[in-house]
Amino acid sequence: MNPEQILFFLFGAVSLIGAIAVISFRHPIYSALSLIVTFFAQAGLFVLLGAHFVAAAQIIVYAGAIMVLFLFVIMLLNLGTLSVKGAIGGKLKGLAIILGILFAAEGIYIAVNALNDTAVASAEPATAAVTTTTYEIGELLFSEYLLPFEVTSLILLAALIGVIVLVKRESQEEN
Amino acid sequence: MENMPLLVLILSSIVKILIIAHLLIIGVMIMIWAERRVSGWMQDRLGPNRVGPQGLLQPIADGLKFMFKEDLIPNHVDKPLYVLAPAMLLVPALVVVAVVPFGSSITLFGYEIPLQIADINIGILYILAVTSLGVYGVVLGAWASNNKYSLLGGLRSSAQMISYELTLGLGIIGILMLTSSLSLRAIAVEQGAYPWQWNFMIHFPAFLAFTTAMFAETNRLPFDLAEAEQELVAGYHTEYSSMKFAMFFMAEYMNMIVGSAVVVTLFLGGWHFFGLENVGGPVWSGLISFGIFFVKTAIFLFVFIWVRWTLPRFRYDQLMNFGWKFLLPVALTSIVVTGTLWIVTGSRLIVGIGNVVTAFIVVSIVAGLLVMNKAPEPAIRNDDSQITPSALDAIE
Repeated sequence: MNPEQILFFLFGAVSLIGAIAVISFRHPIYSALSLIVTFFAQAGLFVLLGAHFVAAAQIIVYAGAIMVLFLFVIMLLNLGTLSVKGAIGGKLKGLAIILGILFAAEGIYIAVNALNDTAVASAEPATAAVTTTTYEIGELLFSEYLLPFEVTSLILLAALIGVIVLVKRESQEEN
Repeated sequence: MENMPLLVLILSSIVKILIIAHLLIIGVMIMIWAERRVSGWMQDRLGPNRVGPQGLLQPIADGLKFMFKEDLIPNHVDKPLYVLAPAMLLVPALVVVAVVPFGSSITLFGYEIPLQIADINIGILYILAVTSLGVYGVVLGAWASNNKYSLLGGLRSSAQMISYELTLGLGIIGILMLTSSLSLRAIAVEQGAYPWQWNFMIHFPAFLAFTTAMFAETNRLPFDLAEAEQELVAGYHTEYSSMKFAMFFMAEYMNMIVGSAVVVTLFLGGWHFFGLENVGGPVWSGLISFGIFFVKTAIFLFVFIWVRWTLPRFRYDQLMNFGWKFLLPVALTSIVVTGTLWIVTGSRLIVGIGNVVTAFIVVSIVAGLLVMNKAPEPAIRNDDSQITPSALDAIE
């Protein structure tokens, strides 16, 4: 096993443990923190793939900004420990079981396929050497993917205006 | 660096890490002493001058006191997070320094060793990413303390950090456009030997916005609402004692040192000073460049202390107004103007002049709008109009 593979398994394990911890912890603050751990492990995986820019963006956007907002809201609403029985009612229980079975079947299918397919395991080290620089990402973003980029920014702008309109209406009603 | 054997690379990295980590700790101690002495000087009193010459050993006495104090954990706290929080504030502060270039390079035993722990190609993004994590220490410490003053401090701090992070990120984009690299070493090399070639001349409004946001990110006095003594006892660290409090304290000073180093690298020419950095042989020029960087950082740290004991604290609405209505528009216009003028003219002089002129226009327009909108409103909001003169002073 070369160092990159060891790191891959390390980050993968941390990412999985973090993801399981998100749904196992009873307290929302601990769940949010576990999610941050998962984001970090995934950033590590991106670095292993040579995608440094994506790794940094992952931490800046998700761990640095969005999760701080999550914590802010959890603290502001002062959410206590959640009980599982109260959270999942009768109707949702049936849906949860069906989705759970589907998800487990999917996981088993992928795992069996991956174990049988030796080509995936042997192809791994070749891709690790490629490094995507910010320069290349910028060039692609403003040439080949210009339309999706502009559409995304329009959607974000629309969301921004929507929030402002909603907040304005509320404050006007108060007056 | 590519032709260096792995062993030399690892050894030189370990030596560099040890030196920089210790310099940071010693720097924190000197800063604590300097803060108390300078504040004493500014308030026409003496400050600590009993322990050692000029009171220089006072931080060591303080450190010993912290270590021998009882490490009290109150019963009502959330224990795991309460213990974890100081470390979560201290670690990002220590980790950021890895990408800061603190000098040109030294040639030892035939190997050219760059004076930087890691020159990664996303240096600036790394700094933004890691500094944005510092807020967790404050927020979690505040929440885990289970105390309303602490919680209020933590909420204020997270809102403040999110607001000012935007300016911090936008302020550097002008530099990135002209340097066309995210590596901090490339940015430092790009700036010439003379002060009028440094980035703060070309991006003056962005420089002011970035520095102000840096003050806010370190929770220093004009922005220290998270620990406003008169309102919140001590804010997020009210329940902390002994070494855990000392870790919060050290993290604040470490953030200041690293922040100054980043500002010096990005805006104040890094290790350049009138060609002095090229004097001497391959060893001496490296050491001199390190010395220049050190002195520049120290001068900027003095500005940190100076500002703290000069400006009173912002009110919360002033803080938000200032961040969103003044700093953010200034940073945004700086990006547009820099990009447009650079493509059209390609002259750094014109970009520099254009930046200052448009920033002045933007600030005037915003201030005018604020004054016009405030006048007809009911009495509850009248105090808002006070923001305009003070905010303008801070920007100019």
